[in-house]
Amino acid sequence: MRLAIAAAVAASLMTAPIRAQDWQDTLDAARGQTVYWNAWGGDGRTNAFIDWVGKETEARFGVSVRHVKLTDTAEAVTRVLSEKAAGRDTGGSVDLIWINGPNFLAMKQQGLLHGPFVADLPNADYLDLSPGAPATVDFTEPVEGMESPWRLARFVFAYDTARVDAPPATMADFVPWAEANPGRMTHPDPSNFMGATFLKQALIELAPDAGVLQMPADDAGFAAATAPLWDWYDALRPNLWRGGAAFPENESIQQQLMNDGEIDIAMYFDPAAPAAAIRAGLLPDTARVFVPEGGSIGNVSFVAIPYNAANRDGALVVADFLLAPETQAQMQNIDVLGAFSVLDPGKLDDAGRAAFAALPDDPALPRIEDLGPTLIEPHASWMTRLTEAWANRYTR
Amino acid sequence: MRGLVLAVLAFGLIGPIAAGLWVTARAGFGLMPAIGATEAGLDPWAALFGLPGLVTSLKITAFTGVVSTLLSLVLALALTAALQPRLSGGRAARLLAPFLAIPHAALAIGLAFVLAPSGWIARALAPVLGLDRPPDLALVGDPWGIALILGLMLKEVPFLMLVSLAALTQIPLRQHLATGRSLGYGRAAVWLKLIVPQLWPLIRLPVMVVLAYALSTVEMGLILGPSNPPVLAVLLTRLFFAPDTALLLPASAGALLQGALVAVAFALLWLIERALALAGRMWVCRGGRGRGLDPLLGIAHALGFAAITLGGLSMLALLIWSFAWRWPWPGALPESWSLRAWTGAGPGLARAFGQTLLIALATTGIALALAVAWLEGEDRARTPRAAWAEALIYLPLLLPQIAFLFGLNAGFLRLGLPGGLATVIWAQALFVFPYVMITLSDPWRALDPRLTRAAASLGAGPWRRLFTVKLPVLLAPILTAAAIGVAVSVAQYLPTLFMGTGRIATLTTEAVTLSSGSDRRVTGAYATLQMALPLAAYAAAFLIPALLHRDRRALKGGAA
Repeated sequence: MRLAIAAAVAASLMTAPIRAQDWQDTLDAARGQTVYWNAWGGDGRTNAFIDWVGKETEARFGVSVRHVKLTDTAEAVTRVLSEKAAGRDTGGSVDLIWINGPNFLAMKQQGLLHGPFVADLPNADYLDLSPGAPATVDFTEPVEGMESPWRLARFVFAYDTARVDAPPATMADFVPWAEANPGRMTHPDPSNFMGATFLKQALIELAPDAGVLQMPADDAGFAAATAPLWDWYDALRPNLWRGGAAFPENESIQQQLMNDGEIDIAMYFDPAAPAAAIRAGLLPDTARVFVPEGGSIGNVSFVAIPYNAANRDGALVVADFLLAPETQAQMQNIDVLGAFSVLDPGKLDDAGRAAFAALPDDPALPRIEDLGPTLIEPHASWMTRLTEAWANRYTR
Repeated sequence: MRGLVLAVLAFGLIGPIAAGLWVTARAGFGLMPAIGATEAGLDPWAALFGLPGLVTSLKITAFTGVVSTLLSLVLALALTAALQPRLSGGRAARLLAPFLAIPHAALAIGLAFVLAPSGWIARALAPVLGLDRPPDLALVGDPWGIALILGLMLKEVPFLMLVSLAALTQIPLRQHLATGRSLGYGRAAVWLKLIVPQLWPLIRLPVMVVLAYALSTVEMGLILGPSNPPVLAVLLTRLFFAPDTALLLPASAGALLQGALVAVAFALLWLIERALALAGRMWVCRGGRGRGLDPLLGIAHALGFAAITLGGLSMLALLIWSFAWRWPWPGALPESWSLRAWTGAGPGLARAFGQTLLIALATTGIALALAVAWLEGEDRARTPRAAWAEALIYLPLLLPQIAFLFGLNAGFLRLGLPGGLATVIWAQALFVFPYVMITLSDPWRALDPRLTRAAASLGAGPWRRLFTVKLPVLLAPILTAAAIGVAVSVAQYLPTLFMGTGRIATLTTEAVTLSSGSDRRVTGAYATLQMALPLAAYAAAFLIPALLHRDRRALKGGAA
């Protein structure tokens, strides 16, 4: 039944007037609107960047941004869903969501999104939208113009060089490393996406055939692909922090543990995060990034617009502004946020290239070529099953 | 007038709560058309009990809730007995005010830093013990929930003490103490045998409030409780906000289970009460003078001092963090200082402060108006409060918030009412009104009836008596009730989150969101303001009457 609704909604949206309008109409309609941008609020630098975006869009387009700080993106999904349930198909309370992965899949499947809209954004010209490009696929789910990219995410580890001589070189190496340094590492609870990503990173390296991970998981395939992972984890767990009986709630709490000296390894979904954390006084100066030899999982962070957004035009203007080369350069500036740009360098004009070339450097900031190959996210069903299987095995 | 208040309460309070419970209950048994669930059945329950670790979670919830409440009660009574001679109502309120003012979440964050293996206590011991790294011990988030019990006690002992001290004014305390002592009973024995049995019926409902809260706290469970699995309320919040909307059904079943758990705990409390009453009667009849019990008061005194120290350290830690830049292990004080937590958070902090203040003033105003209307109605009807009315006032505090807030929000959406400032104010008023009522009832009844009689004999009508005699004379207790109302409003988390559709950012929602991030410095700034607002209200409650009544000796202080 859900699919039928989704199809009906999608069909009605295809004919929505927005596609026929030209961008100037959108700008005119957006003037004076306040966009409620629902985004995870646990990172002060991202919060400050969102504040900056709001000030700029206010000055340039008369569109102000109100950051609705979420502790978990699913809060916004639930809110849109309960609005749909109550029949509020216009004037919804969520205008823009920072989203990806399972949350995007859930909203797309249930017909909770406006779009496709990405191709309508003037600044989408700077994106590589050719089939299979990173900005067109989200956890193997085709984006189909229903969400617009704004920052790159790569899974990386950080370690304290003052305490650790050589970090583990591969995921398999974590077992002997933890044996030699008991209680000095942990991972966030797998019900949190960072904890789940740690398990996925190990799964890609350890699975007998990593190719099956790109397809939806079934029972037999899941059991076969994850058997080596559980052997690895059973060997690792006793030497984790607190003997593997307790886990930090999310990566920020884990970073705090590293800052407090309780552990020596932290993990992030942003290669610039450790450098930014050092500047923010949240990590020791001696923290540095490392990735396993075979590379690490990477994906793109998107913004999406709910189907019932009250300020849709304003949301489109903000989504477009996020893709402007100067916005992306500002975002990649380590003094500001440090998140890598989603734009295709080949499509930038001279001014855009110059803006990126002028960005400051930082000793804790890895170069993109040091990060090795980008591993593609497994299909979203693997994450759900991994989280469930982990809970069934280790929550008593 | 009483009829009007009852009508307001029936439509504003009972109706919505019942509707909210109804939606939650239907979802708990598989009926939620919104997500395509149209078949009634027990599947949600099967899914709930199929969750890994649910049984452990239930056990830890029951254990921490019951143990923290019983320990809080014992310690609060013992401290009241030990300190009562030196604490008048006003002084006690002043001493306890910071503990009542600090929101649960802020206290939990501070306490976590004090207790953690890398925290303040461990840092103080590190040079002595020669630790170069924090010990790998489960001091916070321990599997038995001891840190959680401690955190709950730090908040609940002061609350129960304040309630007990207020209730003592209704007992002929001085005479009973003197009689007991002259018959040769020890201090502790007089309290246990004479005073506590009279006090208990007066504080039973507040104790039940404490018990219900301890069994359903989200913020404290999240910050101080075990994590794998967490306490039931945290588990349910995770389910309610999971990306997979089908989980709303087991989450609703879990909310019902949470309600059942509270009911069972109330039954247990009643059983303990019966058993103690029986055993106590025999103990009293045996007539022992119980002089050996007095050292227990000394122990309570010491424990109370330790608790105040621990709570004070937690608040101090937050304040220091808000001015820190780097504060690494094993420094007992920050390595570098900065004002950035205060200045950097600028506009957001100011906006959240403004919203919080506005909501607090509005809810407190509504709650005060309702409470005065109710009490005045009782006066005019010349009837004492019925037991059902008392229970009605307490209803929102006795039900687990999560059990009806989700349904309430869904119901509001269906009515087409936008979530926003107004709904948040209304939802908070549900929880502020009971506390205002509790605080104001006793002083109101203690008002010298000769004053109103004299006014009436001089020809003043009922309204004039209310506005020119009762309210001015009761100014001090009314302001105290208002201060408690402000404190309760500032601390509300779930009602603000659910009913504000996330758009209403108060100091508390921001502090909890930020504590999901890791910056203790910014959290410290928010928590300090969270604490400062109610403290300012308490200060106003002391200063305004002192100023206005500076030449009215009988109206000074004591009335609170």
